[in-house]
Amino acid sequence: MKNFLISLVAIAALWLIPYFAANVAVLKLLIAVIIPYAAVVIFLVGFIYKVIDWSKSAVPFRIPTTAGQQKSLPWIKANNIDNPFTKMGVIIRMLLEVLAFRSLFRNTTMSVSETEHGKRLAYKTEIFLWIGAMAFHYCFLVVVLRHLRFFLDPVPACVQLVEFFDGLMRVEFFSSVFSIGLPGIMMSGLILLAAAIFLLGRRLFNAKVKYISLMADYFPLQLIIAIAISGIFMRHFFKVDLTAVKQLSMGLATFSPVIPTNVGSIFYIHIFLVSMLVMYIPFSKLMHMAGVFLSPTRNLTADTRMNRHINPWNHDVKTHNYDEYEDEFREVMKNAGLRVEKE
Amino acid sequence: MNDKAELSNASASASMKLIPSGDKKWIILGLIIFVGLFTFPIWYNMLKCSAPIQPVVLSAKAKAAGYCVLPKSEMVSAHMQILDEWRDIVVREGERTYTSPSGKIFTMSLSNTCLDCHNNQAEFCDRCHQYASVKTYCMDCHVNPSKSLKENMQ
Repeated sequence: MKNFLISLVAIAALWLIPYFAANVAVLKLLIAVIIPYAAVVIFLVGFIYKVIDWSKSAVPFRIPTTAGQQKSLPWIKANNIDNPFTKMGVIIRMLLEVLAFRSLFRNTTMSVSETEHGKRLAYKTEIFLWIGAMAFHYCFLVVVLRHLRFFLDPVPACVQLVEFFDGLMRVEFFSSVFSIGLPGIMMSGLILLAAAIFLLGRRLFNAKVKYISLMADYFPLQLIIAIAISGIFMRHFFKVDLTAVKQLSMGLATFSPVIPTNVGSIFYIHIFLVSMLVMYIPFSKLMHMAGVFLSPTRNLTADTRMNRHINPWNHDVKTHNYDEYEDEFREVMKNAGLRVEKE
Repeated sequence: MNDKAELSNASASASMKLIPSGDKKWIILGLIIFVGLFTFPIWYNMLKCSAPIQPVVLSAKAKAAGYCVLPKSEMVSAHMQILDEWRDIVVREGERTYTSPSGKIFTMSLSNTCLDCHNNQAEFCDRCHQYASVKTYCMDCHVNPSKSLKENMQ
């Protein structure tokens, strides 16, 4: 709970800084131009540094945590995707892992339940984490793709298509307090927010998960929730001049930034929080976006019984195997009446 | 004698393939693809030679009037909401009169009120909407009085 609260305070501070800074012209430049650029540079350099560093670590041995029967004798049915022995099998396993979170899909939960035979330990499928994670990641992707409309001019048709499908579920609600209708509701934004809140709630209310949750777990989730809330607020409640926003974002993308004059502070909050997230990625667990491709338990063929894998840093051992031994001592062995393999 | 030669001499491993570890080239390739995708907006805009947006043009009538339903800053960011609210009030409640916060009275009608002043759809409406990739559907049903019947039918 302490971790959760400290991280929440940090998020609140990150929200308030641009809220106040948006009133000062110099700080506007800082938040709308300098920090986003700094965030992207830190992200790219940090990301590349981290992956290059990972690539230097040796992969000593195939350590696939297999989830299926390895290929062995012809009459034993092998699972060629979960326990692949070919490159193609590995590619399929990786695609399923990256696109469908297969190992999370297989996640089980252990619980003690009362049965007619007394208390029994039971393992059950834990599907909700998978559903939450899938909803979260895919909605995040759609949100990112939708935002390309601010960074591309002319906006390509595929981005517009994403937006069209995202806005298919039209919700229109009018009251004297607030009304929603135009701009249209985007499903991805709401589902992203709901899924992130679910994932955060899991860390708060599931005692076992709470016990192992650190600041580094709470902070990114809370930051993403804050970003989603600020984005939804900006779209539906505190509307801003979208043309001015796009002039800024296009300026950033073409290295000729202009600072908008009449955009509300909610925009500065949104772009500041996003900059913080982008900047934070290389130092955080969010690097799993690169790390998933480097999972040795997923991306190596489970062919240890077919191919010999040499440890690259093995000491050069002088060997003297039986064939060589027999070559050396054949005559002596024959004289002593010992059997030899080659006459 | 190097590792490989020595191992291939060994009868036990003679039939086995040697697999060198190290997938660095794939990692570098992945990184290049990632950086290429991440910087997509930069080179897309360079290739497309994106020009800055043309400023919105106010028609002579709108300029002469000097006021709109709400202050300009609110109209810029929230006009779509007002249009949507007007539509619902007109269609569902049959009410056509709108009193603005400043006390002015307007007839709630896109074609007769909004487009009467803003009679330059291409330079007023479309310019920003195209730039920000906003698909409007006003003209699916409404008539633009400054256009001919044929143009409106399209």
